[in-house]
Amino acid sequence: MILLRHELRQGRTALAIWTAVIAGMMGVCILIYPEMAEQMGAVSSMFADMGSFSAAFGMDRINFGEFLGFFGVECGNILGLGGAFYAALLGISSLAKEERDQTAEFLLTHPVSRSRIVTEKLLAILLQLLILNLFAAGVSAGTILLIQEKPAVDTLLLLFLAYFLLQVETAALCFGISAFLNRGGLGIGLGIAALLYFMNLIANLTEQAAFLKYITPFGYTEGADIITEGSIAIPYLSVGMAMAAVGVAAAFYWYTRKDIK
Amino acid sequence: MDAIKTTALTKCYGKSRGIIDLGLTVAQGDFFGFIGPNGAGKSTTIRTLIGLIAPTAGTAEIFGRNVLKDKNEILKDIGYMPSEAAFYHNRRVGEILKLSASLRKKDCSGEAALLCERLALDTEKKISQLSLGNRKKVSIVCALQHWPRLCILDEPTSGLDPLMQREFYEILKERHQKGATIFLSSHVLSEVQQYCKHAAVIREGRLLACDSIEALGHAEAKRVVLRGASGADLARQLAHVFPAVAADAGASCQAADRITSHQIRDLQAQAHTVSFLYSGSPGPLLAALAALPLTDVSIIEPDLTEIFMHYYNKEGQSHDIVET
Repeated sequence: MILLRHELRQGRTALAIWTAVIAGMMGVCILIYPEMAEQMGAVSSMFADMGSFSAAFGMDRINFGEFLGFFGVECGNILGLGGAFYAALLGISSLAKEERDQTAEFLLTHPVSRSRIVTEKLLAILLQLLILNLFAAGVSAGTILLIQEKPAVDTLLLLFLAYFLLQVETAALCFGISAFLNRGGLGIGLGIAALLYFMNLIANLTEQAAFLKYITPFGYTEGADIITEGSIAIPYLSVGMAMAAVGVAAAFYWYTRKDIK
Repeated sequence: MDAIKTTALTKCYGKSRGIIDLGLTVAQGDFFGFIGPNGAGKSTTIRTLIGLIAPTAGTAEIFGRNVLKDKNEILKDIGYMPSEAAFYHNRRVGEILKLSASLRKKDCSGEAALLCERLALDTEKKISQLSLGNRKKVSIVCALQHWPRLCILDEPTSGLDPLMQREFYEILKERHQKGATIFLSSHVLSEVQQYCKHAAVIREGRLLACDSIEALGHAEAKRVVLRGASGADLARQLAHVFPAVAADAGASCQAADRITSHQIRDLQAQAHTVSFLYSGSPGPLLAALAALPLTDVSIIEPDLTEIFMHYYNKEGQSHDIVET
């Protein structure tokens, strides 16, 4: 697990910054909720009645005036989208950075098999995502206690689980692509995260594009669905996890036989 | 058992040439130089040996083991120094050395400290603060701290100052005396000639020669330099004795360069001198020289540079050759 430790060490600044920003923003959002809720009465129905704009963000189906409804949209966007960007960056740079920085010649000429390297790098990504989410959940729990809201804990946990799985899937897809790159792919990673996000917005807007929910992990993290259904949409989730598995398999397949630049 | 043995090793990058049909054998305990200009295929060969790239065809074995199948076992025995020394730039030298050792599941702190002292390398410095030469030193320590049986070094001295180069070769010589096999690539001939026992010459992906340094140097050829009233006249008279020279003798140097006969190569006519490589028995040469109006004669062993130039000269042009 030397490599795992090395990876965590290499990524600790980025992890600290992303965690601070995401958890911090979630905390701030939760803290301003009571003040917002007071003025929400009238505004809430307005939010729900902005036509396709509301639909795109699922605001037509949940009550923005209730804490969970607010949390599902606001924090969903912060931890979902922010987390997806971080996960994409982690995934896309994980393998590719060794060749980009020419450290592959150092790392891969030690008696460590390439599949071992892929495994430990993957574990490092999962661990970093886990840390980010635990902090986000901790800060959320703390601030929720502070404002004395009592949302349904199981729904809240379900939301956090969904965001975590969303990040895992995004990271796994990018990780698979990373094995094929030998330069930095940050643009590709950010592009993929943004693309997946917009796919969900489009799927929310028109029935014809509803199939996109199967492709994008934002399909199963929709706060409105999880809160009203009380569960994560299994069809979307299973396709998503299958895609994640394909990403990881591609990484193992290609990285263990590629020519290192 | 050979330390390195490649059979018909070929590597193509798409359509472009990497190495072609390379058959290279390095005995255990050898000090081996791998010579060629930039882009000849030295690094490609080395990267295949070390398992960074897979050969298109042919096989490579290290200590009798296939480099593809037993890569990890082989890497335990190898100390590798890449031509570009790059490390995680936010880490300190000491951390990199420790990381390298722990990836080998070894504690090399004692040897690392010794090597760092000899090479005057500060382990507290961050990699990003290091000059190329100092990064090279980190690379050297990484390659040697675990006492590998085989050192594969890709242009190890580029970027090192002369004093460090000497110290580096001192260390290599000690390792060699203690039984390690040294395989290094270089385009600096003098260091290969000075330190290596055997050498191979590679050009445009093909192995041109592989022999002991002495044999490569001798090559049964002597450099003959004649001095007289007119170089062009001398060249013309030589042509009577060695008819193959006749074609363009006495013309410009460039033209003369292209002349090759079995016995005379690399003929260069200048104002008062004619110089050429002669291979063959000395009798006919001396008989021919006796008849010429000479003011001076010298017959010397060509050095490796000349042999190298001979292998590398293509239509009288030399490519990227560094002499020191």
